[in-house]
Amino acid sequence: MSEYFTLLFGMIFVQNFVLNQFLGICPFIGVSKKRDSAIGMGLAVIFVMALACFATMLIYKLVLQPYGLDQYLDIISFILIIAALVQFVEIVMKKAAPDLYQALGIYLPLISTNCAVLGSTQLRMTEYAQLGLADALAHNTALGIFGGIGFTLALFLMATIRERLELAPVPPALRGIPIAFIAAAGMALSFFGFTGIV
Amino acid sequence: MTAFIAMAVLGAFLALVLAVASRRFAVEVNPLVEQINAVLPGANCGGCGYAGCMNYAEAVALKGADPTLCAPGGVKTGMGIAKLLGVEASEKARSVALCHCQHLNVKTVALYSGIQTCRGASLQGLGGGWLDCRYGCMGYGDCKAACPVGAITMSEDNRPVVDEDKCTGCKKCQVACPRALMEVKPIDKHVHVLCHNRDKGAMANKICGHACISCKKCEKECPFDAIHVENLLAVIDYDKCKNCGKCVKVCPHQVIVNLRDQRRGKKEWPKADNTIPGETLTEGRADNYAPNEPPSQKQH
Repeated sequence: MSEYFTLLFGMIFVQNFVLNQFLGICPFIGVSKKRDSAIGMGLAVIFVMALACFATMLIYKLVLQPYGLDQYLDIISFILIIAALVQFVEIVMKKAAPDLYQALGIYLPLISTNCAVLGSTQLRMTEYAQLGLADALAHNTALGIFGGIGFTLALFLMATIRERLELAPVPPALRGIPIAFIAAAGMALSFFGFTGIV
Repeated sequence: MTAFIAMAVLGAFLALVLAVASRRFAVEVNPLVEQINAVLPGANCGGCGYAGCMNYAEAVALKGADPTLCAPGGVKTGMGIAKLLGVEASEKARSVALCHCQHLNVKTVALYSGIQTCRGASLQGLGGGWLDCRYGCMGYGDCKAACPVGAITMSEDNRPVVDEDKCTGCKKCQVACPRALMEVKPIDKHVHVLCHNRDKGAMANKICGHACISCKKCEKECPFDAIHVENLLAVIDYDKCKNCGKCVKVCPHQVIVNLRDQRRGKKEWPKADNTIPGETLTEGRADNYAPNEPPSQKQH
């Protein structure tokens, strides 16, 4: 149990995808203008990361590893799996849960080929692949969920900052994206303080 | 070779899954919704009261909403939707925004140096802001910032001027103004009361050169019973108003204006002309009074 807690803390604060590993910067800047859309995007990312981590670990253990393809075919097959999976989930969700589709629908295609999602599947793949199938799946799925939570936290904090920035007297040259980058740099620096805790 | 086969199998398998899923879980959409959505401008301005063009299209197609609500699309869109629905659309006049304040000689009671927006300024003091008139335009241009089509410019004395050819009547400025001074009114109504001051007459008179002092002269003059002083402010009933302009002539504070002259010669439908933004409203004002002339006090 404690290892999951370590993973949770690690993925949110120490190895935060956005602020420490600089993955998924595009949605971090693009969707962080409003808190509502930040939360919607964050939930979609948690959802997709969990699914992607689960599915890729399954393929890795059952297909790639037995046939000795895990050395060079992981990234290209993972991106294919993630894209197809997101598409599939979108189709099913549209039919089975229209309300959820309304809430997450527009964000899902955005993250289907996002580097943060691919990064989450790659991060500890080789390490967890040494475990048994069930353990490996559980660990990797947990990593996906926690990484998504970390991403959501970063996105939400960024959105709150940017909502304030709207009202701040920013010099004209820095308005919009530039000041957002500066704020992001400040956030990344403060999260840098967690390095080495876990 | 193994890699090639593995990727080919994986790709084929995923393609099959997606193909089956898209058949199996296909959601039937009323084709009418798509057709109506194609007619709409797609600006997602929300002026119709729905979240976006798609939502409005759904509401029209499935729930029987009014097909003439799209302000940016105007008559053309309304007719297009009506054609799709097979009903007659009543031709609705375009609506444009108008700032209902033309304050004159209003004193500044405090120096405001906070957030430079109307919303920020209106939070100061006892809900009064820094302007002596609690109802007047503060001129930080929240309406200008809210306008999605750039129809609002700020004049030199910091008042919003609406370019009526550009204005789509989306009501974003109406929502943005903390004092609800921007109001969207049909363009075929030319007579407007450009004041929201509900102070008592003597007080209003002291505050502003163009405040409604609720003297009721307009009420007595109107042959159509269209203008009434309600809660110390003249209000026009636009269903009854015939644009005769009699109230404009008797108003001692030039609060009521007639925009007929400035709109004359302009086509009802916006064309790509080169009107200088900012000219429209000031022209109309000049008909009624010279801008910097102090209000005459004799009539009271």
